[in-house]
Amino acid sequence: MVIIITNNSNSLRADGRKFDELRPLKIEAGVLEKADGSAYLEIGGNKILAAVYGPRELHVRRIMRPDMSVIRCRYNMAPFSVGERKRPGPDRRSIEISKITADALRPAIFLEKFPRSTIDVFIEILEAEGGTRCAGITAASVALADAGIPMKDLVVSCAAGKADGNVILDLSEEEDKNGEADVPVAIMPRSGGITLLQTDGHLTPDEFDKALDLAIEGCKKISEEQKKAIINRYGEENG
Amino acid sequence: MIFVEDKALVVPGDVLADEEYHTGRGTFKEGNNICSSLVGLVAIRDKKISVIPLQSKYIPKRGDVVIGEVTDIRFSMWNLDVNSPYSGFLPASDVFGKEKRDLNKAFNVGDVLFLRVVDVDEVKKVKLGLKGRGLGKFRGGILIYITPTKVPRLIGKKGSMINMIKDETKCDIIVGQNGVVWVKGDPKMERVAEKVINMIEDQAHTSGLTDRVRNMLSELLGKEIEAEEVPEPDINE
Repeated sequence: MVIIITNNSNSLRADGRKFDELRPLKIEAGVLEKADGSAYLEIGGNKILAAVYGPRELHVRRIMRPDMSVIRCRYNMAPFSVGERKRPGPDRRSIEISKITADALRPAIFLEKFPRSTIDVFIEILEAEGGTRCAGITAASVALADAGIPMKDLVVSCAAGKADGNVILDLSEEEDKNGEADVPVAIMPRSGGITLLQTDGHLTPDEFDKALDLAIEGCKKISEEQKKAIINRYGEENG
Repeated sequence: MIFVEDKALVVPGDVLADEEYHTGRGTFKEGNNICSSLVGLVAIRDKKISVIPLQSKYIPKRGDVVIGEVTDIRFSMWNLDVNSPYSGFLPASDVFGKEKRDLNKAFNVGDVLFLRVVDVDEVKKVKLGLKGRGLGKFRGGILIYITPTKVPRLIGKKGSMINMIKDETKCDIIVGQNGVVWVKGDPKMERVAEKVINMIEDQAHTSGLTDRVRNMLSELLGKEIEAEEVPEPDINE
C-alpha cells in the first residue's frame, strides 16, 4: 500500500526545511589580519564578512561624546552579491541597515569604558540570499567580541515571517520576495532584551506573536554557534 | 555558587558566579549574577572573580612606560601614536627646558621614542615625558606589536621569558606596556626574536609556554639550550 501524504501539519518549504528550521549556518571568528576583530558568516546562501576597528581615536569632533565611545556602522553589499549587478555605494536601504545595526549593537556594548573614541563596524555582504541584515548583526557581534570590546552580551539576530500562509523561521530570498511578511529580530540572549524589531508586510496580532517567538527561538540557536565560533578561534588546548 | 572553573575560556554574557563573589576586571554584575564582559580566561582569587582578556587595546595609565611614534610636530609639542585609542603629546619644555629651539631638530615625524606616561587627564589627553632612566629615542631596530594584556606573559616571571630571548638572540629588547616591542640586534636575530614574540602572542593563553619558546629558539638557532628551572609564569600576574 502506498500512502501519499499531502500537506500535513509539518509541511515542508520550498527548500525542504521545516517551518522552524534554520538554514545551514557556519561562523568563523578572526579571519582578517589587519582588523582588531573580524568574523565570517555563512547562513544558507548568504556570505558575510564583518570587521571591527577600535576603540580608536575619533577625529570627527562633531559626533564625539565626552562620556562614551560612539559606534559607527557601515553595511555594504558588493556589486556581485546579487543576481543583477547592484550599483555600488550606499543607497537608501543600506543606509537604513547601517543605522539599525548600530542601534541593535549599541545596548550591548560598555561604551562608557572608552570615552572620546569610536568603534567602527564594517559589514560586507559578499553574497546575498535573504536575511542579510540579521546575519550582518550576528557576524558583527562575533567580530566585536573578537576585538576584545567589553559587552553585556553577544547580540544575535534572526528573522521570522509569513509565506504561503504559514509563519516560518529564517526566510530565504524566495520566501521573502513572495511571502506576506518579514520580522527581523535581534536579542541579547541572556537577558532576553530585544534590540531590534522590524516588521514588513501584513500579520495578524496572533501571527505576529508567533513570528516573534519563533524568531527568538532561532536567535537562541544561532547564539550557540556564535559562542562556538569564538571558542574555536582559541582552540581547545587551553585549560 | 560558581559556574565556571579557573582558567576557563568564556565569552561576553557568560554567567560566572552569583553574588557570593566580587566582580573583578572584565566582569559586571547583573541582578544576582556576575557575568563576563570579554572573551578571556577566568581568574579566581579568593572571592574575587575576573576575566583576563585575550584581546584588548591599551588604555594609558599614569606611570606606564610606553613606546610611541612621532606623528606630528606642533608649535610647542610633539604628537605621538602610542598604539591606543588616545594619542599622546610630549611638551617641548620636557626636552629643552626653558630654551627655545627648533622641535624637528630633536625628533622628527616617524621617530620612535621610549616614554613615560606623566599624566592622563579627564579628557583623556595623554601627557608623556622623557625624564627617567633609559628613556629617549631609538635608533634602528624593528617594532613588533602585541596585545597589551599579553605583555606580562612575554616578560615572564621576573623577566625569565624575555631574558631567555635576549640571551639567545643577543638582541636588545624593550617592551612597552602599550604592547609595542622594540628589538635591535643582528638582522637575522631580529627575525628570530620577531618569530618567537609572535608565537608567544598567539599562544599566550596556553600553559607550558616557556618550554615551547625554548624549543622554538633552539630549533631556529640550531643549537641546544639547557633548560633552567624556571617556574611557569602566571598569566594573571
